[in-house]
Amino acid sequence: MSKTDRAGKADRIRWLLDTEGDAVEANTLGFNQGRYDSVADLDDYEALKGEARAIKEDAIERLPALIDEVRATVEANGGTVYLADDAADANRYIREVAAEAEADRLVKSKSMTSEELEVNEALEGDGVDVVETDLGEWVLQVADEAPSHIVAPAIHKSREEIAHLFNSQFDPDEPLETAEELTMFAREQLGELIADADVGMTGANFITADSGTIMLVTSEGNARKTAVVPDTHVAVAGVEKIVPTVEDLAPFIELIGRSGTGQDITSYISLLTPPVDSPVVDFDEPDVAFADRDDDRDFHLVLIDNGRMAMREDDQLRETLYCIRCSACANSCANFQSVGGHAFGGETYSGGIATGWEAGVHGQESAAEFNDLCTGCSRCVNACPVEIDIPWINTVVRDRVNRDGEDGQFEFLVEGLTPDAEAGGIDIQKRLFGNYETLAKLGSATAPVSNWLAGLDPVRSLMERTVGVDSRRELPEFERETLRDWYDDRGPQVAATDADREVVLYPDTYTNYVDVDRGKAAVTVLEALDVHVRIPDVGESGRAPLSQGMIATADTQASRVYAGLAEHIDADRDVVVIEPSDLAMFHREYEKLLPEQSFERLREGSYEILEYVYGLLANGADAERLRSGANGPAIAYHSHCQQRTLGLDRYTTAVFDDLGYDVVESDVECCGMAGSFGYKQEYYELSMDVGDRLATQFTEPETRDRLVVASGTSCEDQLGDLLDREAIHPIEVLDPRSQRR
Amino acid sequence: MDTEIGMVHRRFEHSLADLDVGVTRSTPDTFASTLRELVSKPVVGTTLPFAAVSLPDWIDSDPSPATLQAATTSVTGASLGIADYGSVVLPSTADGSEQVSLFADLHIAVLRASDIVSDMPTAIDRLGPQFRDGDSAIIATGPSATADMGSLVRGAHGPKDVHVVLLEDGGGTDE
Repeated sequence: MSKTDRAGKADRIRWLLDTEGDAVEANTLGFNQGRYDSVADLDDYEALKGEARAIKEDAIERLPALIDEVRATVEANGGTVYLADDAADANRYIREVAAEAEADRLVKSKSMTSEELEVNEALEGDGVDVVETDLGEWVLQVADEAPSHIVAPAIHKSREEIAHLFNSQFDPDEPLETAEELTMFAREQLGELIADADVGMTGANFITADSGTIMLVTSEGNARKTAVVPDTHVAVAGVEKIVPTVEDLAPFIELIGRSGTGQDITSYISLLTPPVDSPVVDFDEPDVAFADRDDDRDFHLVLIDNGRMAMREDDQLRETLYCIRCSACANSCANFQSVGGHAFGGETYSGGIATGWEAGVHGQESAAEFNDLCTGCSRCVNACPVEIDIPWINTVVRDRVNRDGEDGQFEFLVEGLTPDAEAGGIDIQKRLFGNYETLAKLGSATAPVSNWLAGLDPVRSLMERTVGVDSRRELPEFERETLRDWYDDRGPQVAATDADREVVLYPDTYTNYVDVDRGKAAVTVLEALDVHVRIPDVGESGRAPLSQGMIATADTQASRVYAGLAEHIDADRDVVVIEPSDLAMFHREYEKLLPEQSFERLREGSYEILEYVYGLLANGADAERLRSGANGPAIAYHSHCQQRTLGLDRYTTAVFDDLGYDVVESDVECCGMAGSFGYKQEYYELSMDVGDRLATQFTEPETRDRLVVASGTSCEDQLGDLLDREAIHPIEVLDPRSQRR
Repeated sequence: MDTEIGMVHRRFEHSLADLDVGVTRSTPDTFASTLRELVSKPVVGTTLPFAAVSLPDWIDSDPSPATLQAATTSVTGASLGIADYGSVVLPSTADGSEQVSLFADLHIAVLRASDIVSDMPTAIDRLGPQFRDGDSAIIATGPSATADMGSLVRGAHGPKDVHVVLLEDGGGTDE
């Protein structure tokens, strides 16, 4: 990306933060909290997700047969099925249906698939009056804007903005003001438009192959009216919406509302087996009783391929087809919470999973526009009701986009720093951050001169110009003596023969070259608990290149790390990791990079440092040897996004609790730094906006005088920049030598 | 009454209370007077699929688009109640139950207590064979609602209020 492109991107994000950010934030935070509260009521949320996942895996596996089955059942019911190859094919068919029905007006309930088709424009070209009846969609139709969210399309607009829009557009007798007034006005207007509509178009959240039933998830009631008032019903749906049986719907009914807007269930789950028995509501014959009608309803199910069958054949994109479009990945995403779908979205879809959808249905270029906004924080992973590894899809698409790139003009500047396994063409900024270990090695070897140089204005300005490292960010300072050098000189203080356990402390790049102190604290704490420590010469986990979409490089590094640790695991030594993002590599991403057996062995043999301390204490280690809450500080603790996804933050808080510390924990999804993301010029302001939610929590009267503690490197840096209070790692708090208040 | 069934019924009523949906227990003998206290006229309804009760004659049970549009209350039968959610299952019928339950400001769903099931999988298991026979139904939970205009408003396109009349005993078999 050029300097101008970066600046343009930063401008666009700044504009969205200013104009839409507040409304998007308030709404998505509400949905996200609602999700946590609502799924907590389920007896076995994890099992339900597993059930939903299994149904989708099975359905996509035998999709061609299910398409045949649904065609047979719908036709036996008296409806018509059309399988459209692409958007143009679908639109052509729908225009024919509208023409045959001599439709002047077609009313629609909300459907993202219809947005994908751009069917409104196609019908309007034929002179059909197309009316969106979902209130949010109608607001956008009146305002001529695109959805900013796949479920709640107008979340970027405040009540005041909607009132202004309606008052200027419709000039009502009394100006509209409250949400109640706006809703009733819209209901009345739309009620009249629905009353004399000729065709109703809905989407379908699910279609059951065994009965030809379509399921619609709504709360307003507009989809119900759309489907039954006119005599012609067109349902458009991607082929992936088919599930085998009616009984398969149960877990999705229970999960979709909870996962999306945090409702246990939406007001209406329509289960229609069209053509339905319900009579047409014909206001041209107002006095003919419903019971006396003899309607001949027309139903068309338009199934859309538009790239989906190819996605099914693509091992990396296939999971996208399991998506039930609930929006959990958008609402749980820290970046989305700040900018919404107008930045974090492509031609049609928005949020984390949109990368998969856009790459699959519109092409990689559409996904490339916003794919960088996924930082891989992984907070969406546990939120997804069908257990899609959304960060991985983002990484894969990033990798593919990288490979399509043009050669950067400043490539020579980083050539020596980038011994990666990538083909040419990858963006220079990504290449620099992806090879962070090499940079850190050089920086450390030449410290403190490297730090002085990096701090100089002309150097910072050159870095900003060429590789887009924002000059407002403080750069990490490299230590001349690395953690491994220090330990090699010092040697272990608990001999292997005297030790209860043997630990291999993984020297992650940041701990080894930059924050050596937290590594020393880890050694001290482990030794205080009678552990023999080794720090082997093992390189970067692959997290840095993976975050830039450099999968080949990450793969090579994963193999090296495993080779460096395998013998220790065989010797029954425990691998202990300080940096959560590296542990998350071992526990999550290595599944994609290593043979299954290797992945399993490393995952089972590796621990987050506080998880390990918790285990030692639980098994009888002497807690008295650590610094306790009695002489330690009150703490404001921010766990790490990936650590929370792995469910490991609880060990840190449990250790603090057991040792008598007074702890307040943050509940934001991510600090906003996310490795290199916050250093990038185009994303600096977004990163700070995300961080602001965390900063607010740590500057309340209850927290502002507490010691700031964070488990992740990036979180520590971000908190340092946000608060002007230095943040330290939990292990440094527990270090018996620590004087930190 | 079996204790387990009693608990399911209590859970159903508790779920309705959370949704702000009123519930009135009734019997075939008190059914007409129960409805009279709940409705505001004009009232439309569709034939109830229960042997023991039918709509009182002061309710228009043969509605048309015009009378539906004018009605402020509607009364239709529900085939199932789902305790976990406070949901009622509203079957679509040829005489227009789907529309009738949707247009008026107040919808009264008539449900036999014996048709309350504990959870969603049980309800869907009951519905599966019906849908395979071509039937349709709405699982309705509370009133119509939207938050699209800046805060939660009840009655977006459908009823602003929902009330459940629970037929205690003598609901009889399906017609």
